[in-house]
Amino acid sequence: MKNFTVLDLIDMDLKEHNSLNLRCIGGRKGLVREITVPELNRPGLALSGFFDNFAFQRIQIFGRGENAYLRKLEKEDNTRTLAEMFSYEFPCSIFTHNLQPTKDFTEISERMNCPMLSTDLTTSELTTRLVWALSNVFAPQKTIHGVLVEVYGIGVLITGRSGVGKSETALELIERGHRLVSDDVVEIKCVSGSVLMGSGANKVIGHHMEIRGLGIINIAHLYGVAAIRDKKQIQLVVELETWDPEKEYDRLGSHENTTELLGVSVPYLKIPVKPGRNVPILIETAAMNERLKKMGYHSAKEFNQNILKWLESESIRSVYSKKKSFR
Amino acid sequence: MVEKKITIKNRAGIHARPAAMIVQLANKFESDIYFEKDNDRINGKSIMGIITLGAGYNTTLKIIAEGTDEEEALASIAKLFETKFEEE
Repeated sequence: MKNFTVLDLIDMDLKEHNSLNLRCIGGRKGLVREITVPELNRPGLALSGFFDNFAFQRIQIFGRGENAYLRKLEKEDNTRTLAEMFSYEFPCSIFTHNLQPTKDFTEISERMNCPMLSTDLTTSELTTRLVWALSNVFAPQKTIHGVLVEVYGIGVLITGRSGVGKSETALELIERGHRLVSDDVVEIKCVSGSVLMGSGANKVIGHHMEIRGLGIINIAHLYGVAAIRDKKQIQLVVELETWDPEKEYDRLGSHENTTELLGVSVPYLKIPVKPGRNVPILIETAAMNERLKKMGYHSAKEFNQNILKWLESESIRSVYSKKKSFR
Repeated sequence: MVEKKITIKNRAGIHARPAAMIVQLANKFESDIYFEKDNDRINGKSIMGIITLGAGYNTTLKIIAEGTDEEEALASIAKLFETKFEEE
């Protein structure tokens, strides 16, 4: 996990259509302060001078109540409590309802280089949105060597050893109208405990691909915006493997294999690659099959059910016709 | 498994050309090769992976090789870093 600073928080908010509407109103020098925990704190007790168990690592939220208390402190000319509060290095303060902090508070924030942010949201609204945003930032994550593509709306992660043809397969899929999320390096985040979000690890790399023999190509420019996506939930993992004649491959697909990524199990297929096998079409079909399964139709199981029914009727028929012939 | 810490000594850091050199060299070996920066670990046989590390001048990286020819792989890749990718 890279350092996540207050500046990153504002930056992230800007990118995500300002759902938090955060503005910095003071203490700009402290924007590099790091946010280390995804929780929030309302510093009511701290303001009243009680600092036991003060959760200073958290972002401090000032709503109407806290702001009113700040005004009371100013009226009483009490700067000691604020000084003590600022001796704990909390990441930043956020004022909701577009509230203006008191002069004392502004002064000390500037002096201690502690950023002050403001938003027009209500405290409860900000809390829900901010907790959600932060839990995404602090979600468990890892980077994986593979290609993430969206095929018929299904996020397919293609993995396999270097040189097995992941990028070429993805290129063919893009050519067939599917979308590239990330080539070579996929960053996976486990959002809200069960959803695996995959995205590119680095904005600089964007939607470039490296194809042996061609070099580096830019998918966004070659195929247009319709061929790319920034992130996508991973719903199927396909591992490409060089065909091994000694090995037994799944012929029925009635048994569902899964693999674990960050503790979440995802449907998993192993597709052997050899010249003449059109892997992109196999992946397209696998994705469509996955959609069917999601809709409650399992091709392999349904097929087997039909066979069972047919065998049953055949055996009844043969018993019946045997009886007849005895007469 | 063998590993070695190295520091990037060429001014430009690892941009596309050095990344391609590393990958070409890494692909000659049977062993799996990884690079580690902070907590990120990426596959040493992928150009995009290596560029993603964002390894600039004076960054410390860990090279990890695992496989039948790991010693040889590690030595030749480390040598590539030491010679500053024939850049300077």
